[in-house]
Amino acid sequence: MDQLLTYPEFPHLLSILIFLPLAGVVPLLFVNNDLFSRNWTLVVTSIAALLSIGLITGFDTSTTRFQFAESHSWISSLNIHYQVGLDGISILLFLLTSFIMPFCVLASWSYIKTRIRTFMICLLVMETSMLGVFAALDFVLFYILWEAMLIPMYLLIGIWGGPRKIYASIKFFLYTLSGSVLLLVAIIWLYQENGFSFFIPEMMWGNYSFTAQILIFIAFFLAFAIKVPMFPFHTWLPAAHVEAPTAGSVILASVLLKMGTYGFLRFALPITPDAAIYLAQPVLWLSIAGIIYGGFTALAQNDMKKLIAYSSVGHMGFVTLGIFVFNIHGVEGAILQMINHGVTTGALFLCVGMIYERTHSRELLSATGVGKFMPIFVTFLAFFSLSAFGFPGTNGFVGEFMILVGTFQLDTALGKFPYLALAAIPGAILAAAYMLRMLQKVIWGGTNNPDQSWLKDLNIREIVTLAPFLFFVFWIGLDAKTFTNMMHTSVIGLLDQLHSHQQQALTAADLILR
Amino acid sequence: MMLFLPELTLLGAGLVIFFVSIRNAGSNTVKNIAITLGALIFGATLQGATQEGDLFYNSYRVDLFSQTFKILMGGALLVVLLFGSRLDSLKKEIHPEYYLCLFMSVLGLMMLVSSVELLAIFVALELSSFAVYIMVPMRDDSGRYRFQMEAGAKYLLFGVMATGFMLYGMSYYYGLTGSTRLDVLVLEIPTLLNQPVAVIATVLILCGFFYKLAIFPFHFWVPDVYEGAANETTSFIATVPKLAAVALLLRILTMIEGGGETMVNLLIVCSILSMFYGNLSALVQKDIKRMLGFSGIAHAGFVLLGLLVFHITGYAHALYYIAGYVVMNLACFLVICSVAAKGENVMIEDLTGLYKRSPFLAVTLLIGLFALAGIPPFVGFMGKFFILIDALRQDYLLLVVLAAINTAIAIYYYLSVVRVAFCSAENEQDPISTPAHMKMLSVFLMVVILGMGIFPSQFIHYAENTIQSIM
Repeated sequence: MDQLLTYPEFPHLLSILIFLPLAGVVPLLFVNNDLFSRNWTLVVTSIAALLSIGLITGFDTSTTRFQFAESHSWISSLNIHYQVGLDGISILLFLLTSFIMPFCVLASWSYIKTRIRTFMICLLVMETSMLGVFAALDFVLFYILWEAMLIPMYLLIGIWGGPRKIYASIKFFLYTLSGSVLLLVAIIWLYQENGFSFFIPEMMWGNYSFTAQILIFIAFFLAFAIKVPMFPFHTWLPAAHVEAPTAGSVILASVLLKMGTYGFLRFALPITPDAAIYLAQPVLWLSIAGIIYGGFTALAQNDMKKLIAYSSVGHMGFVTLGIFVFNIHGVEGAILQMINHGVTTGALFLCVGMIYERTHSRELLSATGVGKFMPIFVTFLAFFSLSAFGFPGTNGFVGEFMILVGTFQLDTALGKFPYLALAAIPGAILAAAYMLRMLQKVIWGGTNNPDQSWLKDLNIREIVTLAPFLFFVFWIGLDAKTFTNMMHTSVIGLLDQLHSHQQQALTAADLILR
Repeated sequence: MMLFLPELTLLGAGLVIFFVSIRNAGSNTVKNIAITLGALIFGATLQGATQEGDLFYNSYRVDLFSQTFKILMGGALLVVLLFGSRLDSLKKEIHPEYYLCLFMSVLGLMMLVSSVELLAIFVALELSSFAVYIMVPMRDDSGRYRFQMEAGAKYLLFGVMATGFMLYGMSYYYGLTGSTRLDVLVLEIPTLLNQPVAVIATVLILCGFFYKLAIFPFHFWVPDVYEGAANETTSFIATVPKLAAVALLLRILTMIEGGGETMVNLLIVCSILSMFYGNLSALVQKDIKRMLGFSGIAHAGFVLLGLLVFHITGYAHALYYIAGYVVMNLACFLVICSVAAKGENVMIEDLTGLYKRSPFLAVTLLIGLFALAGIPPFVGFMGKFFILIDALRQDYLLLVVLAAINTAIAIYYYLSVVRVAFCSAENEQDPISTPAHMKMLSVFLMVVILGMGIFPSQFIHYAENTIQSIM
């Protein structure tokens, strides 16, 4: 248990943050009033967001241990505990989740018109399970929350989604769930190997046999790659994104996709280091494929949500690329890019939702030329687009740049891939192409402009929703150090351990190749 | 007297209903009487929770094990009585007879879990089966006469055959050991298990319970009986007898502790085949009762997986699993009985737009099916998880992987029902009004499904104590 560090000033802070949204469901069960549902959910999620600032002030950046930790016995007969804690890798994602949620409520304010109470309950349940996933240190707790969140997401898409909502929700559910079935088997196997313990830090870096590692890595990979989603496991994503209501798309893009990459960092690398090193090459090429494929497909889209969804495939390709180059720039860039993607893509989905609320269409052609009548909106959209293709000064630039630097430095024991970074660069150019294409259409429009003069520009609520995202775009873009500092020690710790495994992976590879 | 109270109450309930049927009371009165009696029976099982002792020249044992199962059965019976109280699919005149058979069947099942002598087991099993043989064809479904008759005939024929096998196995046991009492057999059988004859005898005896639990290859009756019997009857067949079957399997399997390799391999094959057969067949069903029937076969395979580890925690987890299964199934059947206004069979497509017609029932169905599919945090997930842990502890890695793959297959058909329920219908049907007691009942079931899933510790602990009492 020496990996855990408690927080004496506020011992239950983390648990309170995780369960506050769930507790917020209780009044909603008894009061059926639309206005109350909205206000109450906004209050609860905002309190959670404000409270989570306490995590930043109390976070010790000089240790790799899990902080704000708590541990209670849960299912004693099987040694299952309720264990939570945050380290440098998870804290930013935890914060991202708690910050995003109030804006999801705001984005649904007038967008959701039916069954508002149920919708808000789904959002709150969702928040608890997402926060729990990033904080869980017991594998059973992690798995339960990881799967449990499918239910509210399924309902979000299935009830409030677009015309093909049922198809999309089923596809989303089946894909992600069948991916994680083998994860469960892997978890139980690890439980046996570790003296019947589900405690994640104990499972890390425990010298498992190479064959076992390969098998576990494959189980991990299926679960996480589908969630990311990596090419070619991405087909559920565009459908889910397009059909989901705005808040659902934002949650999907900002948080849910990060769970896959978080899974790689938290589990795949530390638990199966040799297999990860050994199998890095195919994963890297898949990432590149995702970047290029996502870019080209996004370029061909006329549905704005689809465009952003496919761009997510490309962006998440960058993240997995960064993780699997196993060096400080790559991994830190990947984590930063996870946050960036959460902020930028979340904001872009909010923007599309705002157009949709006005024109009831997500088609690029019917949104052409709205810039003339919605100057404030277009300003926001322009900045977020710049950030999405990594314009210097914005957050996207820092993240992608770090990942590319990391890729250039790629030098693992199993080989060097000097052309890898070059292969990734067209992705960045493609991103500029599809984003600028969208921007051009939306601002200036084409020849067959419909009459848009009735469009109203953003109201105060919408500006309040978007402004914080813009703030983060520039804060991370101009001062990334603040953010990388929080993760630095943990990432260094992770990489040090990983590199000490390089030799073992090499020997194993030798044996197999021979 | 107190030891036998639940059974006596059931017998009394049967008599009361019998007299009611003679008096020709109105169906409402019958219904109220039956529910009151159901509550009394449940109360009696609760009262008997801590009883312990032997009856009838030690052929009948009352212990924590039997009493736990009686409580579960009493509870399930009460729930079935409550949500099946409309009995729409039965002619009004035969309502009392239906209840009479129901109580007699439960009486047989309760006696079954307490019997510790082979002939007593046989008699109790037959008592419960005979009552169900009568119940299955009891259905006023004018247009589709053939179905319930076919179901009745199938259930009867397969049932008779299974009991025949069982009796044959019992005779071998008697021939081998000269006794029909389990406490004698438990000393003799394990040493005999390396002889083929003992293995054959055990397998034959297991056939009887495999039939009740619908494990491959004794599952053939399931789809037709589930489809042909009235909704209320199916709710009963799908839940209470399964409890008794697991109880008896536990008794037999704890007796042959360790089991021997042939035995274990046989059970493994049955378990895998049940899972694959059940899940793959469920994929293509259109009638929701048939689908639940096939899924029941798959779940039985899962329970068997827990039993064949031959370890106390495995047994406790199997008990937890089957108890959870009963609750989840009850939740689904509650919805089916509520949707079928005239007691007709419910096709999956009939559930289209259920969410619009009754959000409450739709959510109940959602939770019931997600729980059956094994999605956390519901009891179905925890049950599966525990059983997988046990199986992996015994190094059945391949078995665990196959079971996990089955879980993935199962999700598809459960989800497709949920999908239909949340789809909007082309032509809107009338909203379904759910009476207050049904709402309370379904809230109760949902809370149990969730509560057992999140806090399984207490239950497992209790289950372990329960199993301990027969080992």
